[in-house]
Amino acid sequence: MNDVLDVTLRLLIVFVVFLTFPLIIGQTEHKVMAHMQGRLGPMYAGGFHGWAQLIADGVKFAQKEDVVPAGADRRIFQLAPAVALLPYLLVLLAIPIGPDEGAVGQVIDAGVFFVLAVMGVGVLGSLMAGWASANKFSLLGGLRTAAQLLAYELPMLLTAASVAMAAGTVSIPGILDAFEWWWLPWQIVGAIVFFVAGLAELQRPPFDMPVADSEIIFGAYTEYTGLRFALFLLAEYAGIVVLCGLTTVLFLGGWHGPWGADGLGWVWTLLKTAVLAFLVIWLRVTYPRLREDQLQKLSWTLLVPLSLAQIALTGIVKVVIN
Amino acid sequence: MTAFTTAAETHGFLSPTGVEIAFLLVGLVTFGAALVTVTTRQLVHAALWLVVTLGGLAVEYLLLTAEFIAWVQVLIYVGSVVVLLLFGLMLTRAPIGRSPDADSGNRWAALTVAVAAAAALVWVVVDAFRTTWIDLDGPAAGSTEATGASLFQNWVLPFEALSVLLLAALVGAIVLSRKAKADASTPSGADTRPDTEGTR
Repeated sequence: MNDVLDVTLRLLIVFVVFLTFPLIIGQTEHKVMAHMQGRLGPMYAGGFHGWAQLIADGVKFAQKEDVVPAGADRRIFQLAPAVALLPYLLVLLAIPIGPDEGAVGQVIDAGVFFVLAVMGVGVLGSLMAGWASANKFSLLGGLRTAAQLLAYELPMLLTAASVAMAAGTVSIPGILDAFEWWWLPWQIVGAIVFFVAGLAELQRPPFDMPVADSEIIFGAYTEYTGLRFALFLLAEYAGIVVLCGLTTVLFLGGWHGPWGADGLGWVWTLLKTAVLAFLVIWLRVTYPRLREDQLQKLSWTLLVPLSLAQIALTGIVKVVIN
Repeated sequence: MTAFTTAAETHGFLSPTGVEIAFLLVGLVTFGAALVTVTTRQLVHAALWLVVTLGGLAVEYLLLTAEFIAWVQVLIYVGSVVVLLLFGLMLTRAPIGRSPDADSGNRWAALTVAVAAAAALVWVVVDAFRTTWIDLDGPAAGSTEATGASLFQNWVLPFEALSVLLLAALVGAIVLSRKAKADASTPSGADTRPDTEGTR
């Protein structure tokens, strides 16, 4: 009975995190973008700095009519948002926020592979949406999504493999247990490559060619309205949470910090994740969108060689230490 | 339960455990999805059913405690191969609805090859592992550590041979694509390309 309670509690906590964190990041994005662009953003709903605007948006989305285009492939069109969103919920299960057993949804032996595999599945949602919409802009968006995923999956995997090599394990809590502060300079190239490739996989600016609203009208999501569109948006923000959390636990040492390692480790994890999420938003307002050829070039001629070099460096240092 | 050979006597087919039942059910779903993959007339649906098939296989690996293999299966096949397939379909020919011409006419030859291959594989596996049972309650026999150790201790040569095979395939793909480009630039090869426009 105690086991059942334990599992239920863990699932419940992960689910609550899954429901709230993306919304917090969404609201932060509203405000940070507004201030960076010298405006205020939504200020009235709820009183204090328009905090209830997000809830109002949610109510608006839920009230909209759920339209499926006549020419669309109905079932796949309706299934796509779930396929895009659910993988991120599964990934959250495997990200530990604190040092002890209780601070992770589920310890997974091959955790690094699990998170990368499941994140890759999420992109299928965009592909399904792009194809099933029966809209040429959507199809273009889907094509670009696929091309982008194929280009950026490799550097992400290679850099994750570099950390796994350094730690000698592919379990995420295991990697964190093995972490030392000097891993930071050692794996810094890998960290940057991982983060950039992750941004591209989430299709966040400056890698938002697949959704480019000013040229292909939100790409794969052109035909979506109401709740299903909101689910895609939620998937994007959940993706930010997951990417920042993963970068934190893989490269930035998760709960390790200069002080307060016992008991306050989770604060470090959340703090690092929040700083990275801020960085994601900052990049969105700072950089213009990359063109498709620039995007492919960045991955194949810069990120892949860099990640290979990082693996070589990791291997050499590892051999020297041993 | 101590040795694999004697373990067979303690297991019967008549009182299956929960894991065995789950294994069988997932196997049936995987088999069904595979059948739909090759018989459906909707091209993109076939690719998506392939996702279900490959995912089902990953679940089977999980049920056999081979966690690492399961996640790599999802990562490589669902995350990359199917995405590549969908990319190719969307780039060339991905109509919504049925494609009546999506049949090569080699139906019977394909069926024969498939049945022969399945029979050979089933026969080999059954013959090799006749009375072997995996003790699911003990330490995971397919954990990353166990898989890695056996791969790089007992199976290094096949592993390296496979990488050479993949390298050969890679070089072959590059050669083929360069050849096709050279052909396309000459006027004789230009008219043989299929018309890929206007399918939507």
